Amino acid sequence: MSGARTETGVERRFGPYGGRYVPETLIPALDDLEQAWVDARDDPAFRAELDALLQDYAGRPTPLYGAERLSQEVGRQVYLKREDLLHTGAHKINNALGQSLLARRMGKHRVIAETGAGQHGVAAATACALLGLDCVVYMGTEDMRRQRPNVERMRLLGAEVAPVEAGARTLKEAVSEAIRDWVANAADTHYVIGSAVGPAPYPAIVRDLQRVIGDEARMQIQNVAGRLPDRVIACVGGGSNAIGTFVAFLDDSDVELVGVEAGGEGLDSGRHGAPLTTGARGILHGAHSAVLQDEDGQVVEAHSVSAGLDYPGSGPELALLRDRGRVCYAAVTDRQALDAFRHVARLEGILPALEPAHALAWLFANRGEPGGIDVLTLSGRGDKDLGEVLELG
Amino acid sequence: MSPATAVDRIAAAFESHGKAAALMPYLMGGFPGIDASRDIGIACAEAGADLLELGIPFSDPLADGPVIHAAATDALVAGATAEEVLGVCEDLATRVPVVLMVYANLVLAHDARVFVERAAAAGAAGLIVPDLPHDEAADLLSACDGAGIALVPLVAPSTRPDRMRAIGRDARGFVYTVSLTGTTGERDELPPGLAETVARVKAEAAVPVAVGFGIARPEQARRVAALADGVIVGSRLVRAAREGGAAAVGESVAELAEALR
Repeated sequence: MSGARTETGVERRFGPYGGRYVPETLIPALDDLEQAWVDARDDPAFRAELDALLQDYAGRPTPLYGAERLSQEVGRQVYLKREDLLHTGAHKINNALGQSLLARRMGKHRVIAETGAGQHGVAAATACALLGLDCVVYMGTEDMRRQRPNVERMRLLGAEVAPVEAGARTLKEAVSEAIRDWVANAADTHYVIGSAVGPAPYPAIVRDLQRVIGDEARMQIQNVAGRLPDRVIACVGGGSNAIGTFVAFLDDSDVELVGVEAGGEGLDSGRHGAPLTTGARGILHGAHSAVLQDEDGQVVEAHSVSAGLDYPGSGPELALLRDRGRVCYAAVTDRQALDAFRHVARLEGILPALEPAHALAWLFANRGEPGGIDVLTLSGRGDKDLGEVLELG
Repeated sequence: MSPATAVDRIAAAFESHGKAAALMPYLMGGFPGIDASRDIGIACAEAGADLLELGIPFSDPLADGPVIHAAATDALVAGATAEEVLGVCEDLATRVPVVLMVYANLVLAHDARVFVERAAAAGAAGLIVPDLPHDEAADLLSACDGAGIALVPLVAPSTRPDRMRAIGRDARGFVYTVSLTGTTGERDELPPGLAETVARVKAEAAVPVAVGFGIARPEQARRVAALADGVIVGSRLVRAAREGGAAAVGESVAELAEALR
């Protein structure tokens, strides 16, 4: 494992990254959460309840699908890890169910969450409806405008959608506002963060809850292909599907791990969401990690056609894996992702979300040695993106 | 100013104010403009401030409520930089001790020692870093000690006894006691457990104890002054800065100072 563990066995740091850069007021809540996670993680009853929900409610295990026509096109054997087939349409439900069970176990009746595209917000609202918890989802008003159906979904599920007017009115500000709520209400509220970011212990908790993706995929590929893949590919925003996929393969040194970030309008344009690819570092939302910022240390807005990758930070463990050379990062542009979306729709009859469309676009552009085996995490489905795709072509 | 005197100036300000407690107004550097924020600081000093807390605007201020957050956003949109705010600090530090309130990324973005040296050169007496809790602060503390400026820690009502002890032990200048569990902003009432919180801090700290967050009105300041060594007022004054500039801020500070006499 890649991080320095504390006495509780939950990493607070990943090399120089991670940490708890939050107001003092929150430190006791983070201590309590860390302890609660250790207790829950090792409790067979908690594990059994979560596993049952993941199987019967969310639809796990998800298939590892050998994509025939896609494979022919790129000249490799490509397997898609079908997180898009999960209830609510993306991998976010893995984490939302786990953390909402944890909230209930901690006696917290109120859950808050942030959302960009709305996938995590919908997942959190869904888990809260299922478990009878109050749910407030912070969402930038620009994202509310772009993702109107998900706003209605969350409301139908009984969640309150709290509009955030600050800054660019997108995901970064929604996370900040959720943290401010938690500072004031930590006594009765659990913050279900949606990605492998934030102050410790969140990056470790989210990774632990998402590693089901990689654990399943690793077993499945050995069953169908008889060996480990040559490359494992995932898109990276905050990085929850990426770390959840990669973590199962970290010790398999022959497996190349590729994280694909949002290149936006191109890395040279400055309008992108690729802090890992561009080597940035800084502190955002409680953690030291790869963060887009200006010379003064002001965090800058990211840009991506995909709301889920439209974030200037990334998970601290992914930053450490960059420095160690274990994961390679690359960026593809909005245009490439949109093209891959349309192409895969016709090739495989699958509408990928624009986030994993970035991973697919990288695959089209990097075919590698013919005949190799690739596993690519299809983290969500693209129904939510139809408006964006139709508008932008 | 020689480095050794910076921390001493804070101590002196807490001893010789002639009030029930030292009065520490907060102002946002660069809001509503760089020159305007300098004028606001001067108005504070002339109206009876004993120390000043000078905020450096940051893009993602997690500890701040809507009033100070909006001021930071406006300052950045207007082009304010840390360098310019340090220039304001330099001008104000000739009048009263100035403690910079600055978020961790601005301090640690490059090399913490570089930032600390720039702050010391600008006459800052100390730093308050609201998102750098005790566990993360060791390197910055040693950099501040080396430069002779105070790294002022924050404690909160939720801070547990063992942490309170460690924070008190390593405190420099004063302890910034956050009165409530929440972000900065005016509140109608002082939090019910405040006396107990302040007593817990005093038991662990050898330096003065100042209280901030949620203190806006003169009557609230007077009640806090009966408990603590210093009173910090922020959002109320930033709101005054937005509504009426330096004159309005000076008037509010004068009322607060009067209430503490």
